[in-house]
Amino acid sequence: MSTVNEFNTDNQKVDFEKVEQSDQFKSFLQKKKKFIIPYTVFFLIFYFLLPVLTSYTTFLNTPAIGDISWVWLFAFAQFVMTWVLCTIYVKKAAAFDEETDQIIEDQIHNGDGGKAS
Amino acid sequence: MSPTVIVLFLIIVALTLVITFWASRQTQTTGDFYTAGGGLTGFQNGLAISGDYLSAASFLGIAGSIALFGFDGFFYSIGFLIAYLVVLFLVAEPLRNLGKYTLADMINARFDAKKVRGAAALSTITISIFYMLAQLVGAGALIQLLFDIPYTVAVLIVGVMMTIYVLFGGMIATSWVQIVKAVLLMAGMLILSFLVLMHFNFNIGAMFEEAKTATAHGADYLNPGLKYTAPLDTISLMLALVLGTAGLPHILMRFFTVKDAKTARKSVVTATWIIGAFYVLTLFLGFGAAIFVGEGTIREANPGGNMAAPLLAEAIGGEFLFAFISAVAFATILAVVAGLVLSGASAFAHDLYGQIIKNGKASDQQQMLAARYAALAVSVLSIVLSLFAQYLNVAFLVSLAFCIGASANLPVILYTVYWKRFNTTGAVSALLSGLFSALILVSVSPSVFSPTEGAALFVGNPIFPLSNPALVSVPIGFLGGYLGTIFSSKSDAKRYAEVKVKAHTGYRETGS
Repeated sequence: MSTVNEFNTDNQKVDFEKVEQSDQFKSFLQKKKKFIIPYTVFFLIFYFLLPVLTSYTTFLNTPAIGDISWVWLFAFAQFVMTWVLCTIYVKKAAAFDEETDQIIEDQIHNGDGGKAS
Repeated sequence: MSPTVIVLFLIIVALTLVITFWASRQTQTTGDFYTAGGGLTGFQNGLAISGDYLSAASFLGIAGSIALFGFDGFFYSIGFLIAYLVVLFLVAEPLRNLGKYTLADMINARFDAKKVRGAAALSTITISIFYMLAQLVGAGALIQLLFDIPYTVAVLIVGVMMTIYVLFGGMIATSWVQIVKAVLLMAGMLILSFLVLMHFNFNIGAMFEEAKTATAHGADYLNPGLKYTAPLDTISLMLALVLGTAGLPHILMRFFTVKDAKTARKSVVTATWIIGAFYVLTLFLGFGAAIFVGEGTIREANPGGNMAAPLLAEAIGGEFLFAFISAVAFATILAVVAGLVLSGASAFAHDLYGQIIKNGKASDQQQMLAARYAALAVSVLSIVLSLFAQYLNVAFLVSLAFCIGASANLPVILYTVYWKRFNTTGAVSALLSGLFSALILVSVSPSVFSPTEGAALFVGNPIFPLSNPALVSVPIGFLGGYLGTIFSSKSDAKRYAEVKVKAHTGYRETGS
């Protein structure tokens, strides 16, 4: 089995440009973007806020709970954020899975994309 | 060396050899060798990713760093964890959908260009060798301390073990060694943390209170700033940590060991929970070591703090726990270096030999043979280099590996999946500009040049101020890819349509 040409052996059968241009695929990608980009921007900002604040300010050093200062709570919040975002992603991705299955079904197996000359 | 240590050490060696023997019988094809035939479940692969990722640097290094520097040691834990969100949101699924064995396969889903494959293989090999060198030199020094055997013997033991796993058992053996290690490591972490917390009646506030007076730093121990005092340096390091993981070839390779993107996603989620739990626990180990062992004793055993966790085990659990944690550290090292051998070997045998020299026309038998020779060559090369590097301070090579991952590999992965205009020239220029800017900047940075003798590789004044160049080299990698693309005209919209559809839907032609 050749690996380099793995991706264009069946090109004649599937018209990927047609699939890509289909409203179904486009609207799916739009939804995916609307989900991924804001979350990615959010977690990167949240993440870099920690070293930026600890490097340029000291207000996180004030105690929050007993001897535990805000910087530890912020650090712990990073963990919580990671797990929460993971869970959100999995839920959303399950919905996306159904949509992509539908796209493969409609556009490639049954639709024009799959049968284009 | 106590008899308990020897027994536990031998149990681990025996167990991994049994795994390898069993795996060698399952390894029939090249696909089995590189990716365990894609047959791991999401949970198994999640454990294996954790086993691949949580190196001795994480286990011993971070615990030691927190013990010595308090909050600043914890920065690594945070960066190493959040990195998995980048992997999960942007990289894992498209990578699984497009790739086969290596990172270069994924990029070549878009470009049938040997130069792109060659550049990707070059960056993979560089990362694997650097990372491996840091691991092996660290392992040699560590095993020397833990088991009281000479450095050379220690490196040879680890080197021979990793060679055996990969050579005979390929990815199946490597994965299961990583799974076993992940379970052992988490067990060790939980026991140690439990014992530390027990001393404070499971009151974390009490532990913080005690930590405030336990070290010479006083209340400053709980605040950032003991280790990282230059803001840009800290931010640059954090950038390398968070973006680098998504470009580490031995981690990326793990996503090809599952059957589809859905399973790849499950494995990232499992890994994120395990790795997150692990890094929370590093806090208890670090504080525990600072309180129950003390800075003086930790530094005396190893100036870098690497002995903090084993010494803590001895202090709160006695000799048996010390032996157990030492054995866990040994297993940790083995699992990580095996993964590195495999990723280096795949770049040599699959990308350079199979695809570039043989044009993808090598028979399965030839590919398998090439893979094994490459694994042997990578192992021998790293062992020899490590033997020469005994007295060199090479710990910075780990963060350099992350930096190359972030500067060279990540831009290409993202552009390949998400940028329509991206083309062959852009791919090559992103890979090379990211790789070489990271290498050149590090070679003139404080990590390599220090005015104090022994603090870095060479004595002298660094030209470049940042220890980790990610803050400059990551933008250079992205910019390199951008400029390379817009200054060359060719781009294949049809091919991108195919890649885009496949990356996002997971569609594959039957038979591929």
